[in-house]
Amino acid sequence: MTANTTAYKAPETTGAGGTPARPPRRRGSPLRRTGWTPWLYLLPALVTLGGLLVYPIYQLGLISFLEYTQAQVSGGEPTTFVGFGNYADLFGDSQFWQVLLATVVFAATCVLATLFVGCALAVLLTRVRALPRLVLMMAALGAWATPAITGSTVWVFLFDPDFGPVNKVLGLGDFSWTYGRYSAFALVLLEVLWCSFPFVMVTVYAGIRAIPTEVLEAASLDGASQWRIWRSVMAPMLRPILIVVTIQSIIWDFKVFTQIYVMTNGGGIAGQNLVLNVYAYQKAFASSQYSLGSAIGVVMLVILLAVTLVYLRLVRRQGEEL
Amino acid sequence: MSTRTLLRVRRPGRLAAEAAALVIAAAVAFPLYWMVLSAFKPAGEIQSTEARPWTLAPSLDSFRRVFEQQDFGRYFLNSLTVAGTVVIASALIAFLAATAVTRFRFRFRTTLLIMFLVAQMVPVEALTIPLFFLMRDFGQLNTLGSLILPHLAFSLPFAIWMLRGFVKAVPEALEEAAYIDGASRTRFLWQILFPLVFPGLVATSVFSFISTWNDFLFAKSFIISDTSQSTLPMALLVFFKPDENDWGGIMAASTVMTIPVLVFFVLVQRRLVSGLGGAVKD
Repeated sequence: MTANTTAYKAPETTGAGGTPARPPRRRGSPLRRTGWTPWLYLLPALVTLGGLLVYPIYQLGLISFLEYTQAQVSGGEPTTFVGFGNYADLFGDSQFWQVLLATVVFAATCVLATLFVGCALAVLLTRVRALPRLVLMMAALGAWATPAITGSTVWVFLFDPDFGPVNKVLGLGDFSWTYGRYSAFALVLLEVLWCSFPFVMVTVYAGIRAIPTEVLEAASLDGASQWRIWRSVMAPMLRPILIVVTIQSIIWDFKVFTQIYVMTNGGGIAGQNLVLNVYAYQKAFASSQYSLGSAIGVVMLVILLAVTLVYLRLVRRQGEEL
Repeated sequence: MSTRTLLRVRRPGRLAAEAAALVIAAAVAFPLYWMVLSAFKPAGEIQSTEARPWTLAPSLDSFRRVFEQQDFGRYFLNSLTVAGTVVIASALIAFLAATAVTRFRFRFRTTLLIMFLVAQMVPVEALTIPLFFLMRDFGQLNTLGSLILPHLAFSLPFAIWMLRGFVKAVPEALEEAAYIDGASRTRFLWQILFPLVFPGLVATSVFSFISTWNDFLFAKSFIISDTSQSTLPMALLVFFKPDENDWGGIMAASTVMTIPVLVFFVLVQRRLVSGLGGAVKD
């Protein structure tokens, strides 16, 4: 699930000019007489990743250039190469653009909400005593640990028009959250926020704890407000962590699948709540248009790759040694 | 905020902050509370339009429906097998790989590291289609292998990244001392480095356990006809019915599915937070 929390480790040996310098080689140390040993250690990882990650990516690209439907899968018809035909179909379909827009807007809202709530609660954690802190931490870990599928079913039940407590409390009668497009997205957003803010909170809190106390004390003695301390002291010092949690959130929220699938019953009424991931799945496994599904997958890969490259640039600019 | 004066000045603010923290904690925990509560409610109360936040007559009927469901124990065992295998295998493989990229200098090392980073970004779901055909070609459809192998591959890059920091933290002097004392490389690896890195392995395994245990997409796509190989999410979906959902059953099954993860989280909670913190600090 999460990734690269270690990515922003401060450089241990950074040469001048930000270029990572290698530690001096010590002759005679068995460490340095490497030969084939590192490759031997890497072998199991590389074989697994090559076979189950790299090869499928190649296959995904390949299928997206073929005519590949149920007829080809069962061997009834030969597979034919159609070049960019699938992509032309896809880009010519107004539903694709609608889904892409919905995905981007939905992911962006999720990311902003998650970051805001996560950071605000991390700051809150620093201002309370141990007991309330432990209680909030435990509640957050509970939400974090909840599997996406059970989280989804519980939230749907909480907002159920007939038996859910939320409509009762808010006096909404039998208002169906999953019927309207925006209310359905809002419901999924709440669930995603619920299960993804803890990661941001815990990570940012750990980061704040690492800031020397004197710095924060000095700021508050100078009469800085909490917002001012966050804006001018914490946020700049936490920049590396904030980059990591932001990128991580973008990546997770861009590929939300289970929540949409379970809560809106496979993409909502007439596909109104589809996001790219679910759209690809429905195209491939519900209507057997494997090549169109693959083309959507490639579009997702390209978008996420672009995000990754931006991330790498940001990290390297900080002079991190890989 | 260690000085007394500071504390006194901030006290009213702190009480408000603590009240807010407790209210938020209650709100965050509420869905889980509601899940467990609904699982224990008798059928009449669940299907009542007067949703009450307590029950006076807890019953195990819903759990009974879940456990008496055909093959439920088997689903549970399948989920456990898949998650357990992935956790152990990915910890061992990632440990070796992390050692290679942190304790050795070799050509393409940086390239490899960047590849591991990029690999984390690959949307797993997009690869369902080619993986489906791959599993079909290798006759792995409808077997637990079709769930174990992809999850292993998807949890490795992150595990390697996370472990890197832990392996790096073991001083090189220790390694040299071990060699001087006549230890072989293998002996150093398994008898010295491995125990030292073990806390890191635990933190890493939380993530691989959760992502595997929570899997829904692969279970739905690769286990298509042989239900004896299904995992827990499928046991849950049984209770969604076109006419009327059996909410009691859904909540009881959700509870059963959530508890192992919660237990796992509580067990490693300290290590997890300090693992993340450690990664952040230095």
